[in-house]
Amino acid sequence: MLYFLEQCLNGIQLGMLLFLLAAGLTLVFGIMDLVNLAHGSLYMLGAYFAATFATLTGSFTLALILAVAASLIAGMVLEVIAIRPLYGRDHLDQVLGTFGLILLFNELVRLVWGPEGRTLSLPPQMLTAVQILPGVHYPIYRLMIILATLAVAGFLYALVMRTRLGMLVRAGASNREMVGALGINIKLLYTLVFGLGAALAGFAGVMQAPILTVQIGMGENILILAFVVIIIGGIGSIRGAFVAAIIVGLIDTIGRSFLPDVLHLVLSNNAAQTLGPSLSSMSIYMLMAAILVFRPEGLFPAASR
Amino acid sequence: MSVSLDPPLATVRQSAVTARTVFTAGLVVVLALVPVYALATGETFGVALFTRTVILAIGAVSLNLIMGYGGMVSFGHAAYLGIGGYAVGILAKEGIGSGFVQWPAAVAASALYALVVGALSLRTRGVYFIMITLAFAQMIYYVAIGLDRYGGDDGLTIYKRSDFAGLIDLNNKIVFYYLCFAILLASIFVIARQVNSRFGLALRGTRSNERRMRAIGFPTFRYKLVAFVISGALCGLAGALLANHTSFISPAIMHWTRSGDLIVMVVLGGLGSLFGPVIGAVIFLLLQEGLSRVTEYPDLILGPILLLVAIYVHGGIGGLLEGRRRG
Repeated sequence: MLYFLEQCLNGIQLGMLLFLLAAGLTLVFGIMDLVNLAHGSLYMLGAYFAATFATLTGSFTLALILAVAASLIAGMVLEVIAIRPLYGRDHLDQVLGTFGLILLFNELVRLVWGPEGRTLSLPPQMLTAVQILPGVHYPIYRLMIILATLAVAGFLYALVMRTRLGMLVRAGASNREMVGALGINIKLLYTLVFGLGAALAGFAGVMQAPILTVQIGMGENILILAFVVIIIGGIGSIRGAFVAAIIVGLIDTIGRSFLPDVLHLVLSNNAAQTLGPSLSSMSIYMLMAAILVFRPEGLFPAASR
Repeated sequence: MSVSLDPPLATVRQSAVTARTVFTAGLVVVLALVPVYALATGETFGVALFTRTVILAIGAVSLNLIMGYGGMVSFGHAAYLGIGGYAVGILAKEGIGSGFVQWPAAVAASALYALVVGALSLRTRGVYFIMITLAFAQMIYYVAIGLDRYGGDDGLTIYKRSDFAGLIDLNNKIVFYYLCFAILLASIFVIARQVNSRFGLALRGTRSNERRMRAIGFPTFRYKLVAFVISGALCGLAGALLANHTSFISPAIMHWTRSGDLIVMVVLGGLGSLFGPVIGAVIFLLLQEGLSRVTEYPDLILGPILLLVAIYVHGGIGGLLEGRRRG
């Protein structure tokens, strides 16, 4: 039971991470109608920036701040140079172009940081576990991820629902032409939104870096999961992305930790150990396919779509 | 957003001699002469590279049938390569080495999978269709990883190539190359016949305006499903060829970036043209190979090329040859 609780927390933590990626993706998708396969590359860049800044400054917190800022700038520069010409184009052109960007970024990282992976070590006080319930200890860092992301989610909510910029973002999601016609600088708005998405992706990369190895191609598999999240949640809906991210995170983690044991009841140990994780990975896609078949617009379709 | 890049609904065959026709003809001649060159110079590596190119061109041709003519952007086409490949690998491992069993099994398994995926996916459209085909491909990818008996994540070595009872010897590189080349030409021929038939016209009409096609009485869902299944079956055959070519099959062949490669080939070569996917496959794979010989960082050049083609060139390289531009 305690183990189950711990795995649930792990699932929520993965979900939070997916939310950070999916929020940017769903904004870019919903507002600019852009399929951005290179979003995972920004996640990777964030992690590499953090590894470098951590070595330079020796402080994890400073590295986090600098890496997020660097991701924000990288995202805005990328938008102006490469993404802007792809707006309003066929989705296929966007897939081709951003696929090219994935190749470019993977190679750039290999050129700058070399082919070996990096690790990002945490300050010692982050390595301990805290007692969250009598008898339940949980790594403080993972708890920090959950809390930090909740704070970011709250910030996003306030930004989108309570500020003028957020109002424009929402207006852009429901009717782009009208926002432009009302004299809003759409170009600048798009650059800001893309930069915001990049910063969120970079933040996710930094947070995940101490848990996984920082390596080339680390964004590719998680990108697909983030796409699954925004499809399940409904394209353009941040609330949908939040709910779907937690669902996907929980299914993946809980399936991964408990399916092998369940399968072991009917299969040999070896077969259960290989089949378990692959079944739990599959279950996410089964969920997405089922949702698309029965609710083709996702769980929380954005109003005008 | 629906895909709308409409060449007029006329016959797809081109009659006028354009730069594109010349280029295509030249490409076919070059592909036909690859083994001759290899035999003359003794450099056999080229044959392996071109065999791979021709096989992936078959995959791209199959994708083009649904993407270029039917407007269905499948982001999971590598799954068929995997299913076809695993059909060969699994049968070989279980002691059934005959190509007369393996290849039909590869085609049948892919067609069956395409039927199920198509029946469910074709209820959605646009980006959702892209994503649901991707989701199904990811499922198959993880199924392959979970196949403990057949190597799981590490893949499966195929010790003997498909056996055609002495009729065709697949161990002979030249024979194998020409077999793949013949299958490529045959599939282009069949697709050329299809897209100009009543079936093909209905399919292309559906891409342009599905509602109107339905209103005049065409069961568009059925047309799209049939095209989807044909495409999957053909790509499954390409998978069987690929498994024979590399004598190895692993889940990596179904990674989503492989599906991306196939899309890139089709779009690069020019969507909805008969030889476009072949042009795209040849250019993409040769560029990859050539760049990795001259530089340690090939994708530093290949990536921006893809981006520039996406931004500035309408209709891919094929369109460039026709002088179509956008920018």
